[in-house]
Amino acid sequence: MTGRPENAAALGSGSDVTPSLVIGLIIVGFWLLVALFGPTLAPYLESDIITDMSYAPAGEVGLLGSDYLGRDVFSRLLYGARMTMGLALLATVLSFSIGVTLGFTAAISGRWIDGFMSRINDALMAFPSVILALIVMSALGTSLVIMIVTVAIIDSTRVFRLSRALAMDVSVMDFVDVARSRGESLWWITAREILPNTLAPLTAEFGIRFTFAILFISALSFLGLGVQPPAADWGVMVKENLQGLLFGSAAALMPACAVASLTVGVNLIVDWFLKRMGSDVAQELMN
Amino acid sequence: MNPVIDIKDLWVEAGSASAGFDSIVEGVSVRVHPGEVVALIGESGSGKTTTALSALAYSKPGCRIVGGSIHLNGRDLLELTQEERRQLRGREAAYVAQSASAAFNPAIKIGDQVIESTVIHDLMPRNEALRQAVEMYQRLDLPEPGQLSNRYPHQVSGGQLQRLMAAMAMSSSPSLLILDEPTTALDVTTQISVLSAFKDLIKGQNTAAIYVTHDLAVVAQIADRIIVMQDGKTMEAGPTDEIISRPQNAYTQTLMAAVRPPPKSISFDTAGGGVQANSDSIISVRSLTAGYGRVEKKIVLQDVSLDVPKGQVVGVIGESGCGKSTLARVIAGLLPQVSGEIHHHGEVLRDTARRRTRDVLKNIQIVFQMPDVAINPRHRVREILGRPLDLFIGFDSSARESRIDELLELVELPKSYKTRFPGELSGGEKQRINLARALAAEPELILCDEVTSALDTVVGKAIIDLLKKLQDNLGVAYLFISHDLSTVASFADWVVVLYAGKVVEQGPLEAVLAPPFHPYTRLLLGSVPELRTDWLDGVVASKTHLDHLSQSVDADAVGCPFFSRCALAIENVCNRHNAPLREVNTGHTIACHVELEALGRQSH
Repeated sequence: MTGRPENAAALGSGSDVTPSLVIGLIIVGFWLLVALFGPTLAPYLESDIITDMSYAPAGEVGLLGSDYLGRDVFSRLLYGARMTMGLALLATVLSFSIGVTLGFTAAISGRWIDGFMSRINDALMAFPSVILALIVMSALGTSLVIMIVTVAIIDSTRVFRLSRALAMDVSVMDFVDVARSRGESLWWITAREILPNTLAPLTAEFGIRFTFAILFISALSFLGLGVQPPAADWGVMVKENLQGLLFGSAAALMPACAVASLTVGVNLIVDWFLKRMGSDVAQELMN
Repeated sequence: MNPVIDIKDLWVEAGSASAGFDSIVEGVSVRVHPGEVVALIGESGSGKTTTALSALAYSKPGCRIVGGSIHLNGRDLLELTQEERRQLRGREAAYVAQSASAAFNPAIKIGDQVIESTVIHDLMPRNEALRQAVEMYQRLDLPEPGQLSNRYPHQVSGGQLQRLMAAMAMSSSPSLLILDEPTTALDVTTQISVLSAFKDLIKGQNTAAIYVTHDLAVVAQIADRIIVMQDGKTMEAGPTDEIISRPQNAYTQTLMAAVRPPPKSISFDTAGGGVQANSDSIISVRSLTAGYGRVEKKIVLQDVSLDVPKGQVVGVIGESGCGKSTLARVIAGLLPQVSGEIHHHGEVLRDTARRRTRDVLKNIQIVFQMPDVAINPRHRVREILGRPLDLFIGFDSSARESRIDELLELVELPKSYKTRFPGELSGGEKQRINLARALAAEPELILCDEVTSALDTVVGKAIIDLLKKLQDNLGVAYLFISHDLSTVASFADWVVVLYAGKVVEQGPLEAVLAPPFHPYTRLLLGSVPELRTDWLDGVVASKTHLDHLSQSVDADAVGCPFFSRCALAIENVCNRHNAPLREVNTGHTIACHVELEALGRQSH
């Protein structure tokens, strides 16, 4: 028996912090703070009309100028952070709850149930997601709840596929057989044997899905189906102020930049996480 | 005569720039002359593969050669550029890896892979190379050499693939051959043909060879000199005879001690009692047939009957694919049987674990082969051992904690391991945890599925010793499944020999290891390498043995499954009718058409 001290810290060590991770953490941390404290810091309410001048330039009225109704872009950006990130987070959490539950169920159930669930999932995935959301939401209406649920369900098809594949990988491992030979219930096996071993890739996927949800919700809002005025959402703000681009106003660019930076930030963190996971896998193979 | 490869004072480090470097090979020297085989022997992690790979001027990712010199045919490899080294590899020095099935590309025909290095290095035209390959197949005793090049890797057996690896390595007539555990993954019966093929090839072409292995008995057959390594250092070096007969170094002696004596030379302690024929059985398997697949069942286990008496060890032996693991899975309730019954203290068992009572589940525990995948890497040792306690025994929290301590003590691990994750344990330690988890349920029977196969000889021996001790102290019974006859012979009270899913012979250990033998048992007994240098030559000389090795197992065959490989086969009888069960003595049965008297007459 030879000890392997060099592998001992493989699970919990976070010593390999890279510059891109730091940048990602700074960006995401910044937007989280804005989402938490934005409304208290904002000089005006999101719906306050502070000037009768549309597309006032930055610095002249408010910090970032005014939008097409003469509202303060800076304040709306701060309000919008909470709305945009909150909605995306809710939708992603919901889509993971649905996707992982169904995906794991499919993976450990018999051939027929698995086949049935997987084919329905395939059918749902065959529709372009924005078109599907458009159809559902024009039929059911455009409340925030309906939007979150729609986005979550559409997103959960992707989560379903991933979690089913991950669970299938783990469920053929010997330790799952040992648990089965102990007579453990399917629920216990899923929760205690399979879930912990799929957590790392699922967490990475969560980050990616979160940024997709931001973009998706922004796209829906942009199309007029998501967040309704006068509430501030970055997607709505882009849509409202698109005209302003013709007059040289940056009112549409500001929220667009915010979406872009948040997406980049989250992805930097996810990349780091995936890379670390990858090296773990490689290390396990080498031993 | 100049050496082909001359490695002097080699130092290799592993690690990364951020985590720092550790030496994994420290000042090792290897020198091999043409026609000579030098064996590097040691446990995993001893640096033997790293040393061997350095002869190709190659180091695994994360490793780097930091000191010493490596001369191949007089040229210093460390002075060469990457491109010059690439030119050498496959041409002057070739490598045969442990797992042939992993080393062949399943999508490319065998012939194209065998001649690949010849073609890459532009040594000869393709057709010429293919013609030479066929000659090589003949020399290696491969079946149907003419057609072999057009087959795909999945169409030939593991032993044949391993020999094809040698053909691939030899196709460019290299002056140095590096063999990295080339027979470790093979069955004993296959090992013989592969070993003798390697030996002939090396002697015939006057090639220098470095043979990496942890198996001393194999080394004794093929190597001229042995270098014993531990923790990256040379412990002892010398001619094979000397090392085997007079090991000087303490570590070499440990290695020698871990080699189990071949089954024939075991003296039986008859006073020890043997199996009581009528002791009540924990498990009685009756006419069990099982297989895989939903629509069309592939039957892998046919009409198997056996008993595991209280506190006894029943060894199940057979080569890979004979259905021995399937047997354990059916008994554990992981795989429903097609027909037949399993009794537990006289009561018929339900076919899946979830339908069985808690008592049954508690009494039968299973331990799997691969320690790495048999325990959940995300659970701490405390949780791994605590779960069966909660499930089957039920303790309050302080009693539970002290029971976990006790279990760790039973498997000879420190209490502090409770808080560790499996990733922080070595292979042998993981196998102990694996065992402790089975013991936690306080079972009557533990199904051990190849529990030592994935471990080094020394570590494996320690596990076997532990199993024996537990049997003595706790009175637990084992169904001990293995492909290694000597392990089973050192340990079992009762032996069941499986071939292609059928029981061909079973009985008390001493009866099975003495004549009369089933022809397959005899083949197995004759195939276990012995720790003397002339063993292989002796086996090869008795040509009958080899002729029947290259045939593969046919599970669907009508009649006796061993027919195609059997030296005593009776045409039109053995292949038409199922073999009758002949009772030699109480309990000792042989399934064979040949009369017992004839079976008894065969000598080794």
